[in-house]
Amino acid sequence: MAVSTLIRDTRYAFGQNPLTLMAAILFVFLVACALLGPTLVPYDPLASDAMARMQPPSLGHPFGTDSLGRDMLSRTIVATRLDLGMAVFAVALSFVVGTAMGAVAGYLGGWMDKVIGRIFDTIMAFPLFVLAMGIVAALGNSVINIVIATAVINLPFYGRFARAEVNVRRDLAFIEAARMGGNGPMSVMARHIVPNILPPMMVQISLNMGWAILNAAGLSFIGLGVRPPEPEWGIMVSEGAAYIFSGEWWTFVFPGMALVLAVFCFNLLGDGLRDMIDPRRRT
Amino acid sequence: MIVLRRLAEAVPSLVGVVIVTFLLSHALPGDPAAYFAGPAANAESVAEVRRTLGLDRSLPVQFGYYLLDLAKGDLGHSLTTGQPVTSDLLQRLPASMELTLAALIVAIAVALPLGIVAALRPNSLADHFCRLTVTIGAAFPTFFVGLLLVYLLYFKLGLVPQPLGRLDEIYFTPPPTVTGFYLIDTLLNGDVDAFRAALSQLILPAVSLALFAMAPLARMTRAAMLTALGSDFVRTARANGLPARKVIFTYALRSAMLSIVNVMGMVFSFLLGSNVLIEQVFGWPGIGAYAVSAVIASDYAAVQGFVLMMAILYVLLNLAVDLAATAIDPRVRFES
Repeated sequence: MAVSTLIRDTRYAFGQNPLTLMAAILFVFLVACALLGPTLVPYDPLASDAMARMQPPSLGHPFGTDSLGRDMLSRTIVATRLDLGMAVFAVALSFVVGTAMGAVAGYLGGWMDKVIGRIFDTIMAFPLFVLAMGIVAALGNSVINIVIATAVINLPFYGRFARAEVNVRRDLAFIEAARMGGNGPMSVMARHIVPNILPPMMVQISLNMGWAILNAAGLSFIGLGVRPPEPEWGIMVSEGAAYIFSGEWWTFVFPGMALVLAVFCFNLLGDGLRDMIDPRRRT
Repeated sequence: MIVLRRLAEAVPSLVGVVIVTFLLSHALPGDPAAYFAGPAANAESVAEVRRTLGLDRSLPVQFGYYLLDLAKGDLGHSLTTGQPVTSDLLQRLPASMELTLAALIVAIAVALPLGIVAALRPNSLADHFCRLTVTIGAAFPTFFVGLLLVYLLYFKLGLVPQPLGRLDEIYFTPPPTVTGFYLIDTLLNGDVDAFRAALSQLILPAVSLALFAMAPLARMTRAAMLTALGSDFVRTARANGLPARKVIFTYALRSAMLSIVNVMGMVFSFLLGSNVLIEQVFGWPGIGAYAVSAVIASDYAAVQGFVLMMAILYVLLNLAVDLAATAIDPRVRFES
């Protein structure tokens, strides 16, 4: 794709849908929070202050303070890195492994295809969040295992998608030519097929990120992986929920809204990317 | 015939589910015996557990014993309750099923009409509302929606009772168990007040759960109806002067039903998974809440039993959906 077309399509996507532009700005903001968060925040996210417990939002503490007097704004911003980090690593892992498995299945076919297809079917035979819980319970209760569990339950989406995309390209003329040129199956796949299926896979990644964030946060909401006092949105909502009956709404609303914004941002970006890459599906 | 084939197709899924659950509990890094014995065990009790569970034998032999136990309905003992996991789960299952089914009914009752109206009048108020529901359902975590609703409707407005379980047992006695569903059992018992109380406890968790399931349903209904309404057979039906009601429901909707039924698998996956989170928020005494406390307490057999039961439920629900699709749509029957 020529650069000028890309620019034109980008402008089209932003112009056509101001929400995509908003999502892009939000994305930059989230990435900035994730990278610079700890240096930006006004308070130490772990420092408790017995004099300032459970204060409602004010100028000094725009998001209020929690039961230990920790500043909610600082905690919410610092948590961005962990929440996005878990989702990014999980999605990256499942993208790499899933694409490799799907490409092998789609290109080689035969029994390989059957075995890999059966693995994906088996993962999909579970309610996915429940499977993730089982994996974390089995592997041990840690952040790494939350990432692995989230990656496993996303595997079939990338795998099946890659398989289908590889399958339609397998017998195209330029692949035939690459084979004739003496490339082995691995080389054909890695150098000629996979680069061609990357653009549609990118859309898949962006649409998938939001879901990965929700899953990881859901797991930590029920007490898996992240341990207090570590700031993370899921666990902060769960800690704040304890004070709902005394009306201290800010303890769960702000981290929850941060989650919503992050997921919303990636969902919109995914839609925008799809419009850019596959204009036929523009709605 | 086609029913038998669908049943046969569910078998590999069940086999896969059983193998994965076995691997999750027996073939892991670390010492499964230590997991099963619990955090408080000493070396002696770990060795004891290893012997009683047969973990000192080879994996295939262990798998054989695992299958035998499963056939007997034996999922081991829970560390926290001291009861067999199977009876623990079966005792809590009706609560979860009642909640999940209620959410499913709410989701279908709202999402289908919404999707249909949105497709009939694109860019109308209903269409925007449909889009809003889909966006919210896809971006809001279920547990957060649940908490927001509790805060607004219970704490601020006092419209619903305190979200603690299925029935306020200070004022009402739970009905004698017939189906295990409070809504049905209270009526069978002739206790209208308890029915109302149970319903008021159920509404909030069911609606929070339903919102999440509504998103894929409404989106698919809208898309499938748009396709169906734009197709030639609908145009012909209209051209022939059939009444709008007949065109929409008999012609378009029936054709759209297949895509809608196909998205049900994903809806069930969402519902069963989010069920765990919602039970946690509302103190609902179902298998999800049981599993969460089991995971936290490293109560291993209980977690594995829960995963297996959920997976089997899910496979069966999908089977039911497949059978329904076959009944609804002749195209599925002709495919074979």
